[in-house]
Amino acid sequence: MAEPAPPWAALVLPLALALVATALATADARSTGPGREVLRLLVQQRRITRAADVPLVRLATTLLPVAAVLAAAVLPLGFRPVSDLPDGIVWFNAMEALAWAAVWLAGWGPNSTLSLIGGYRFLAQGLAYELPHMLAITTAALGAQSLRVGAVADAQAGLWFAVWMPAAFGIYLLSALAMAFWGPFDQPVGRDTAGGAAAELSGVDRLVFLGGRRLLLVVAAAFSVPLFLGGGHGPLLPGWAWTLIKTAAVLGLLLWVRRRVPTVRTERYMELSWVVLTPLAVAQALVVAVVVLKK
Amino acid sequence: MSTAAFWALAVLAVASGIMVFRFDSMARATFSLLTALLCVGGELIVLGLDYLGVVTVLMMTIEMAIMAVFMIMFMMNPAGLMPMTMLHNRRGAALICAGSFTSLVVGILLVPWPRRVGRAPADPTMDLGMSLMGPQMLTMMTLGMALFATIVATVVLATRRGRYDRYGDDLRAARPDDPVRGGVGR
Amino acid sequence: MNLELFLITAAALFCVGLYGALTQQSIVMLMMGLELMLGGVILAAGAAWHHIAPAAADGQVLIVVAITAMAVEMAIGFAVVTALFRSREVDTTDMAAELRE
Repeated sequence: MAEPAPPWAALVLPLALALVATALATADARSTGPGREVLRLLVQQRRITRAADVPLVRLATTLLPVAAVLAAAVLPLGFRPVSDLPDGIVWFNAMEALAWAAVWLAGWGPNSTLSLIGGYRFLAQGLAYELPHMLAITTAALGAQSLRVGAVADAQAGLWFAVWMPAAFGIYLLSALAMAFWGPFDQPVGRDTAGGAAAELSGVDRLVFLGGRRLLLVVAAAFSVPLFLGGGHGPLLPGWAWTLIKTAAVLGLLLWVRRRVPTVRTERYMELSWVVLTPLAVAQALVVAVVVLKK
Repeated sequence: MSTAAFWALAVLAVASGIMVFRFDSMARATFSLLTALLCVGGELIVLGLDYLGVVTVLMMTIEMAIMAVFMIMFMMNPAGLMPMTMLHNRRGAALICAGSFTSLVVGILLVPWPRRVGRAPADPTMDLGMSLMGPQMLTMMTLGMALFATIVATVVLATRRGRYDRYGDDLRAARPDDPVRGGVGR
Repeated sequence: MNLELFLITAAALFCVGLYGALTQQSIVMLMMGLELMLGGVILAAGAAWHHIAPAAADGQVLIVVAITAMAVEMAIGFAVVTALFRSREVDTTDMAAELRE
């Protein structure tokens, strides 16, 4: 059912993502939204630390939003992604992994201890969330017997994957928070290190980096819709409306988690992730494999 | 289109490959290597191997991010702020490399390569999967065993603490004595 | 864009990696050279698959083997460096050879 979107969709996509991210930030702040902060950062003079590696910082800050938008290229709105790659799920995973490089470089570049600590924390967190995360998205691909995102959404015309793969869905939501280092997983930019990886970023750099992090969160949340929540399938309303409603619901859930759950320390999540979540994800994949083979 | 992509990726790959050994800063060297390997992944996509290309990109990104940590950990001069050289045997190496490159190129140009046999399958990923789970099963199992052996060997080599350090001399301690406390019930 | 061009690119990557592996004293830099060499192998295998026998999956399997070799090489390499550094405070190849006793 997936048909490619017109070429101009590639230009609209970043704007649409930015719009959703702004809406999320507005809901998050319970106020007039991030407009003033954005303007302030736009006119702020950039601060440069001593012996900083400026090209690497610039590269890192731009890489984060670019990776998020590239990952979003396989996201279907309704049933029409910008590009329905045959290996869409692996593509998403690869682009999301670029965030590792981006955050670590942003931590390393300014030649500052606190920001380097933030960068290292994100690598530790990445090692923790990536294993169960990969297994969870593999489980969805296994259920649909395809790596194409459109095919995964179509396989859920009847029953959502979230219903019969609850463990994979839960793990995916956790890793969506962790990959955007947001909510309970915000230790890489935590207050205890004066802003961690973003500590020395200022002006436009800071805007692009933190904006890219929001984009990554939106993309990760939106990707759970075709993977586990039936994509654009739903009664009455057209596909694009269902996609938006489900994405908004997932983002609302993540926002609620952020308000409710305190920051999780990286090494605690590491052990939880490797000792509990990874075996759980393997067991989930086994169940799904048996069901698929039995069909 | 694909010719342009090939040339751009090939030049970028070799150039950033050379820069790996010219940068002073370890972070720059690591990410220059990452650029070279991402270009290799891009070349695979140009060749029609979408899945393997994207997997290469995924794996190399994560691998280089981890590599950067070890680089910083084990280098005397990670940021390259004090210029120093850590090279040996430059002339011999240059001779060996120039010689091997020349002979490889001569070989590549002289060998009568066989003509293309058959056509690429519609879905090379499916082809790879069926092959790994069918005729190449032995390869796959060997790789799996090798990776498992690697996990065990890596832990054995890298860790200093054994079970007697964690649970005491008589292994009777109720909870392990770890320098970093974990997240599951401790 | 024929087979020869791909193979020459692969050979260039391989030889640059070889030069790095032979000249660098630091074990970690040496491993970066090895990674670059394996990158050349991956490219050559992909080119051979595309231009010689695309109907057989053997070329693709070779790429999988090369990627696995990279992962194994890096994991074991860093474990060995960690063990060496822990026991003898050594992080270059020359020191590892000289201090043998």
